[in-house]
Amino acid sequence: MKPIFIDGYSSHRRMLVALLLSGVFIYCDHKLASFEVARGYLQSLVSPLQYIASTPKQIMDYASDNLVSRKQLMLDNQRLQMNELMLYEKLLELDILKQENDRLRKLLASPLRNPLKKMVAEILAVDSDPYSHQIVINRGINDGIYEGQPVIDETGVVGQILHVGANNSRVLLITDITHAIPLRVHRNGVRLIASGTGSFNQMEVNHIAHSTDIRVGDLLVTSGLGGKFPEGYPVAMVSYISENPNKEFARIRVQPIVEMNRLRYLLLLWPHQTPLVESQYDKPLPSNQQTRQVADES
Amino acid sequence: MKAKHNNSVILFTLVISLILTIMPLPIGVDAFRPNWALLVVAYWSIALPNRVNVLFAWMIGFIIDVLLGSVLGINAFATALVVYVSANNYQKIRNFSLWQQSFIIGLLVALYHLIIFWLQRFIFDVDFSISYLKPVLTSAIIWPVVFLLLRKIRRQFKVH
Repeated sequence: MKPIFIDGYSSHRRMLVALLLSGVFIYCDHKLASFEVARGYLQSLVSPLQYIASTPKQIMDYASDNLVSRKQLMLDNQRLQMNELMLYEKLLELDILKQENDRLRKLLASPLRNPLKKMVAEILAVDSDPYSHQIVINRGINDGIYEGQPVIDETGVVGQILHVGANNSRVLLITDITHAIPLRVHRNGVRLIASGTGSFNQMEVNHIAHSTDIRVGDLLVTSGLGGKFPEGYPVAMVSYISENPNKEFARIRVQPIVEMNRLRYLLLLWPHQTPLVESQYDKPLPSNQQTRQVADES
Repeated sequence: MKAKHNNSVILFTLVISLILTIMPLPIGVDAFRPNWALLVVAYWSIALPNRVNVLFAWMIGFIIDVLLGSVLGINAFATALVVYVSANNYQKIRNFSLWQQSFIIGLLVALYHLIIFWLQRFIFDVDFSISYLKPVLTSAIIWPVVFLLLRKIRRQFKVH
């Protein structure tokens, strides 16, 4: 039977329950870090919807990849061959430099730079909350992804992993308003922290004195100090510095190098994947036999 | 035979609307995406207020939260509140003409976006931009289409 009038009381009560539930979830999700596990399960649960939603775009991409003219292909091929030649030449040079660098580092007893473990990921073309800058990628716990993992692309740092599901995960971009990243100026090594502003092409640097040596056009690279991002990857370019001496600190705007709204393929890094090899070099020169043994064992 | 419930039809339309909610769009058009899931939930709450209630809407909002990666509970609360208003006034809304309904739905969607903005501001200290209200316009414009389509589906499959 269909009631003519809805019981108003139960509707109010349901609204009250909804309000309480929302309050609890907002508090737990925002304040309690342990909630991440539940978030991971939920993320895996909705992954079928995300894969379905990204299918039309993938079909379109596939079609446009297949429907290219022969002339276009030949042009592309020629351009890529030229590119390869140039890159190969650079690679030879890089090899020699790397050997030399390793030798010098050994002489100085400083840690060698180990090649990092990397993995390519593709963006699932799904939309996200307009209030935050996130993207979804097609790798998850099954591929060994962990929370807080650095994500880069071929030009620079993109962000870090926020939530991990079984086969998909969310990446928080460095331009998100809740994200900040430790950097240094490539030219002179001045350390600073850039935080996102919620705009794709702008980040800001706070608490820098007017006298600091920073110029418009300086390249900022990761300093590796936070322990999350490996050192030396390019992040942003200084685009604006205010000269107002009445303010306590200089207002500095920087522009991310990566074009955040044109991402497609990403690289995931494992900066701590080879800690055993590195730990031998991390220790200062062993002063007695005992520490030497410990160093050998570890 | 007694009236069938056909819950699966309601769920199917909701799944489609959720997929439309996260479907990628070109960057310029993206900001104007109508709130498909909200429109569909609002329709069912007006058509069948005893079946699609506030808590059901809360769950749909919760799924939207997970899909969009926002703080859990924000979209859930806003969706629940919109359905609370629409389900309590379903008799009035049903008697309005289509364009009057569009206007009401526009107001409800505006309420939805403002609630989300207030909650986000409470948590993250975001600034207001008028572009957050762009979906209100498209949602109100698209409402007659959604309404007629869902009414056809409802009559076709005899969902009571």
